[in-house]
Amino acid sequence: MDVLIENADVFARGFLVTLQICIISAIGALILGTVLAAFRISPIPPLRWLGTAYVTVLRNTPLTIVFFFMAFAMPELGSNADILRIPLLEKLFTRLGTDLPFFRFAILALTIYTAAFVCEALRAGINAVQPGQSEAGRSLGLTFLQNLRLVVLPQAGRYSVVPLGSVIIAMIKNSALAGAFGVVGDLFSVADDLTSAQGLPAIPVLIGVSAGFLIMTVPLGLTLDRIERRQAVSR
Amino acid sequence: MSSRGASVLYDNPGPRTRSLILIGSIIFAILAVAGIYQFVYKPLDENGQFEYELWAPLIDPSNEFFDQVWKRIGEGFQNTLIAAAMAIVASLVFGTGLAILRFRLYDLAHGPRGSTSTPARRVMRGLVWTLNLFTKIFVEFFRGLPVVITIFFVARALPEYGIDLSARLFLVIGLTLYNMVVIGEILRSGMQNLPRGQKEAADAIGLSGLQTVLTILLPQSYRIMLPALISQVVVVLKDTSLGFIIGYEEALRVAGQIIQNLGNPIQVYTVIAVIYISINYAVSRLAHYTQRRIARGRKTPPGLQLKDVDVPGRTAAGPAPEGSVA
Repeated sequence: MDVLIENADVFARGFLVTLQICIISAIGALILGTVLAAFRISPIPPLRWLGTAYVTVLRNTPLTIVFFFMAFAMPELGSNADILRIPLLEKLFTRLGTDLPFFRFAILALTIYTAAFVCEALRAGINAVQPGQSEAGRSLGLTFLQNLRLVVLPQAGRYSVVPLGSVIIAMIKNSALAGAFGVVGDLFSVADDLTSAQGLPAIPVLIGVSAGFLIMTVPLGLTLDRIERRQAVSR
Repeated sequence: MSSRGASVLYDNPGPRTRSLILIGSIIFAILAVAGIYQFVYKPLDENGQFEYELWAPLIDPSNEFFDQVWKRIGEGFQNTLIAAAMAIVASLVFGTGLAILRFRLYDLAHGPRGSTSTPARRVMRGLVWTLNLFTKIFVEFFRGLPVVITIFFVARALPEYGIDLSARLFLVIGLTLYNMVVIGEILRSGMQNLPRGQKEAADAIGLSGLQTVLTILLPQSYRIMLPALISQVVVVLKDTSLGFIIGYEEALRVAGQIIQNLGNPIQVYTVIAVIYISINYAVSRLAHYTQRRIARGRKTPPGLQLKDVDVPGRTAAGPAPEGSVA
């Protein structure tokens, strides 16, 4: 118990770093995933093929390999992922004074990996809309864009909420891997540091670290369950 | 063939749209090739990543390292598959147990109250309620925790209590703790979403609660949830790669050792990724295929099935074939 109280600030800081990684990667994955979903449902075959290839490859690759690629192959190509040095982001998300490229590699890896799942969640939402809906829209004389904006997308959005939420929960959990790849100060590296370097007993550290993750994942999961139940009734 | 997703968005294209699509395809194909050349091929080429020396140990049998490298990769994947298989079997066994326990507890806690309320019955209800809460916390805890963290702490905490196992067993325990919970919830939701008549019929012929679950509900739940269970196999296969953090010699750790000796990370990781993707893609296709088999089996009226065996392709009563999924 003492271990928990004495290191409360360490856990809290680890939680904040993990939260930062999660928020940036989630935004990135949502943007990239939406673009991919647009590719996959576009009428132009090569765009669809590109989207399909991306999703097939990334969904069947372990995230660990994506991380290894980022952490070892990017420096090999002489890249430090400097595109992510966006001035505003740098200010908003302080990284405890460290500027290692691993932070950016981790965000890139999580974004690239999660985008494939975001794309599938969005596509599943659009596929869940019954064709009769847009047929009815067309027979009313709506143009393609009106049909999309007024009929298809609002319904698709509702169907996508739960799968998207599950994808984000999975991403939050996946972000733990960043600590194993040299990101300093996130929850996983806190766990590693406290148990290995400082030799503290594992169970109290586990409680502190898991609290950090469960604060993020469990409320999200329970909210999704509620939304799902409500949708099941209203349908 | 238009997929269902396309048909919700677009009308069948007319001649003008078709030629627009063709033009768009050509323009995009050119853009894609140019983009891949600029952002993938050129950086790789400029940094000498296509040099034969870097690839030779992996693709040239006459190279001095070839046999050794592939022997190590083979061992790595063998370890990956063994750990994954152990974790899947253990997760299925414990997950089934957890599903039965959770289902029975839910049933007992929410079932009809007895007409009399003796003290013994009240104690039973309290016990059921507590166990129900306990299993729910167990499920939420391990479902909400990253598998990396679970594996890491299994390997750290158990030795503190004198339980010293091999890295493989630590990995299997860590993977099982997570996946048994997921599989348990998959099976439980399968049982809960069965038509109510199944359970009522079982009650009517006098089966006990546990008999109902074991002989009526669970087998059907396995059947409906088979695609989800197979998809979980892909998750386990992918998560086995996390064994590297506790020093288990699986494919990725072996890859790391090869890279330390040969200094060609991009090439080695590409090969490992291709192998992983092939295995997982095959398993995903299997899940997809099972899903379609099950959907077809359930929607075809029993009378039609025999006739349809001889007719290849679509059946009148079955769902429209999915065509090429865009």
